[in-house]
Amino acid sequence: MLQFPTWKKVLVLVVCGLGILYAAPNFMARETAEWIQSWMPEGGPGKQVSLGLDLQGGAYLLLEVQAEGVVTERLDANIDAVRTALRDARVGYRPAPHIQGKDIVFKILELERLAEVESLMRSVDPDMVVEAAEDGTFRMRFTEQAALEIQRRAVEQSIEVVRRRIDQTGTREPLIQRQGAERILVQLPGVDDPERIKEILQKTAKLTFRFVSDRMSVEEARQRGVPPGYEIVPSDDDFQRDYLLERRVIVSGGNLVDAQPSFDENNLPAVSFRFDAVGGQKFGKATQDNVGRLFAIVLDGKVISAPRIRTAILGGSGIITGNFTTQSAGDLALLLRAGALPADLVIIEERTVGPGLGRDSIEAGKVASIVGLAAVVVFMVLAYGLFGALADIALAFNIILIIAALSAVQATLTLPGIAGIVLTIGMAVDANVLIFERIREEVRAGRSPMNAVDAGYKRALTTIIDANLTTLIAASLLFMFGSGPVKGFAVTLMIGIVTSMFTAIMLTRLMVATWLRQRRPAELPI
Amino acid sequence: MKKLTIIPAETTIDFMGKRLFAFAFSAVLVLASAGLFAGQGLNLGIDFLGGILIEVKVKCPAVSDASGNADGECHADVGAMRATLGQLGLGDVSLQEFGAPDVVLIRVQRQPGGDEAQQAAVTVIKEALGDTVEEYRRTETVGPTVGEELQEAAIIAVLAAIGAILVYIWFRFEWQFGVAAVVALLHDVITTIGLFSLFQLEFNLATVAAILTIAGYSINDTVVVFDRVRENLRKYKRMVLPDLFNLSVNGTLSRTVMTSLTTLLALGALYVLGGEVIRGFSVALIWGVVIGTYSSIAIAVPLLLYLKVYRGTAEDQAAPAGAEAEG
Repeated sequence: MLQFPTWKKVLVLVVCGLGILYAAPNFMARETAEWIQSWMPEGGPGKQVSLGLDLQGGAYLLLEVQAEGVVTERLDANIDAVRTALRDARVGYRPAPHIQGKDIVFKILELERLAEVESLMRSVDPDMVVEAAEDGTFRMRFTEQAALEIQRRAVEQSIEVVRRRIDQTGTREPLIQRQGAERILVQLPGVDDPERIKEILQKTAKLTFRFVSDRMSVEEARQRGVPPGYEIVPSDDDFQRDYLLERRVIVSGGNLVDAQPSFDENNLPAVSFRFDAVGGQKFGKATQDNVGRLFAIVLDGKVISAPRIRTAILGGSGIITGNFTTQSAGDLALLLRAGALPADLVIIEERTVGPGLGRDSIEAGKVASIVGLAAVVVFMVLAYGLFGALADIALAFNIILIIAALSAVQATLTLPGIAGIVLTIGMAVDANVLIFERIREEVRAGRSPMNAVDAGYKRALTTIIDANLTTLIAASLLFMFGSGPVKGFAVTLMIGIVTSMFTAIMLTRLMVATWLRQRRPAELPI
Repeated sequence: MKKLTIIPAETTIDFMGKRLFAFAFSAVLVLASAGLFAGQGLNLGIDFLGGILIEVKVKCPAVSDASGNADGECHADVGAMRATLGQLGLGDVSLQEFGAPDVVLIRVQRQPGGDEAQQAAVTVIKEALGDTVEEYRRTETVGPTVGEELQEAAIIAVLAAIGAILVYIWFRFEWQFGVAAVVALLHDVITTIGLFSLFQLEFNLATVAAILTIAGYSINDTVVVFDRVRENLRKYKRMVLPDLFNLSVNGTLSRTVMTSLTTLLALGALYVLGGEVIRGFSVALIWGVVIGTYSSIAIAVPLLLYLKVYRGTAEDQAAPAGAEAEG
């Protein structure tokens, strides 16, 4: 065990050298490290350990896309399509198309047209299956595959919209990723008060331009029932009144190409917008044919303003006035630029750490590590003398290697991660303790120094591997099932186990062997 | 130089002879833990229950005027804050000073009404606290869905870890060793849970991480002793098992104690200096190191006595095996 071929010596030295190089940037100012990194090839030293949100401060949000709602919404839209198709084909029905669970259900009166209506219904939405019963009852529903596909697309679009919205707020280095089927993980480093971002993320921002009914007033509709194709929508303006609106949408937010905060003629905050070519044309045509009518600008189910069309608006751009502050006008413009969410988002988990706590945690972690390290170092020298000192050198390298590995693979260091390092400090010497105790036993058994050391290493090796592998098993399960900070703990623990095995088995052994060969002591100072 | 010797080389403690005391003691610990768990349960944190946790640093002048502290240090008026938050109708609200006199940890029970309701409550709380707050150091909300999932994941992780360790030991040793190691491991995990129940320490995700680490540490310790047992089983084929086990435990005792001490030194530093957030985690680990060390000596090895350890080519089998080798 004490024979070291040259390549092994070189390997140990190279690993230690690389460790120092990769760990070094963490002890420099961030600017210096970044400057070095700019000279380095990809993957070279220069990166600092990336700190978790709990250390650098920031917000962690887990959002859930309410994707089921998208299917319901599309079902709603299809009811209108079914009704229109039936009307256009002059098919009588009773009851009228309505939703039953996840099905659209209606019954036609002329049974002899069953086949004709069935093929007509199939053309309404190819994603739906149509079941026609002998008695004229129709049931239409989405195939399971289609429903899943609709949900999947909704989640994907939501991620895209979330990304655009967050980019628009100017957050630095956000992390946005899909998690599971319906979740979006958003990490915002450095954001300590995510209230505004949360607000922005939870707005659907579905904008539509629709006509206000000129057939009857809201009161009349309430008394006599809302006519088909119309609905009552509350407003968000000063009067808090309700409007009776056509369900038909003239143009929607999807046709917007730009939106900016601006001011209206009274110098009140407003949002100016521009349509794309199609939207501009539709809007131009609709306003041209309906001069004098009221139209409503509806955002997320609320009328934000309902101006009268004075002249045709042909330029493809316009301005939304309403009950805005400068901030809310700015937010609305941002939301319109980033697009509407296809479904509602709900925040199901939030963890925000302010910069103060992060700083305190780093400070406390540093102090605890240094004190813990010092205590162990002193203890090892007291217990094992020179050998203890060699183990301490190995321990120092162990920590350097952990920091180097964390920097190189850009694993995230969290507060529990620091705890993992402190724990490793305590446990890393275990391998050396095992070896030293074994050497002591061998010395007591009457072996010569060389023999005792050799046997000590040989005998302790399997124990070290067995013991460390079991801890590695526990740590890797922690990594698999843990989340956030806990994962960070598992990462440092795993790295720590590997590096401590290397330093104990290779580095201290090399040092001990070199010392033995040079001094050839008659008695071991252990 | 005189070396620090904690366990003298010639130590021969009769661990096996005292095993019944240890078994009785451990049985009491485990039963008490189970009783506590069933009786007063765990103080589950918001990770598992869902709910809201807010750590605030209060503004200094406004508060120290009110509480009139002479020492110039800034103290949060926890009573006033409790009164303010208690009026909000959010159910159970608990406040505690957290690490510094001007830092307060606010815990609010999970709000009825699903995931959105938690967020709404945070807004209400922040409005109510208004400008008495200097800094929101931490805000955490966990909705009911996530809480349930985290609970499930935690249970799976602990069970999977124990299972994987059992398989590994089984594979490397014999099944008897695997069973003994896992019994010792369960003993450690159960008593750790008992400790958290007894002192009503917050049981959260970090605690689960601590438990898994304890599992790793405890098994690490057990493996070291088992390794020696296995070695001695081959070496001393005629020694009776209790003596052989005593020899093995005493032989590794110095290492066991040394490693526990260095680990405790490091963890002690973490407990005292690592800050308030990590304190519960440190407590669990410290307990784990102590109980893990105890259980590998007092539970795992003595248990082997009852599990009919296979002695390879010992005694009665020695002759035929030898004959075969010669033939």
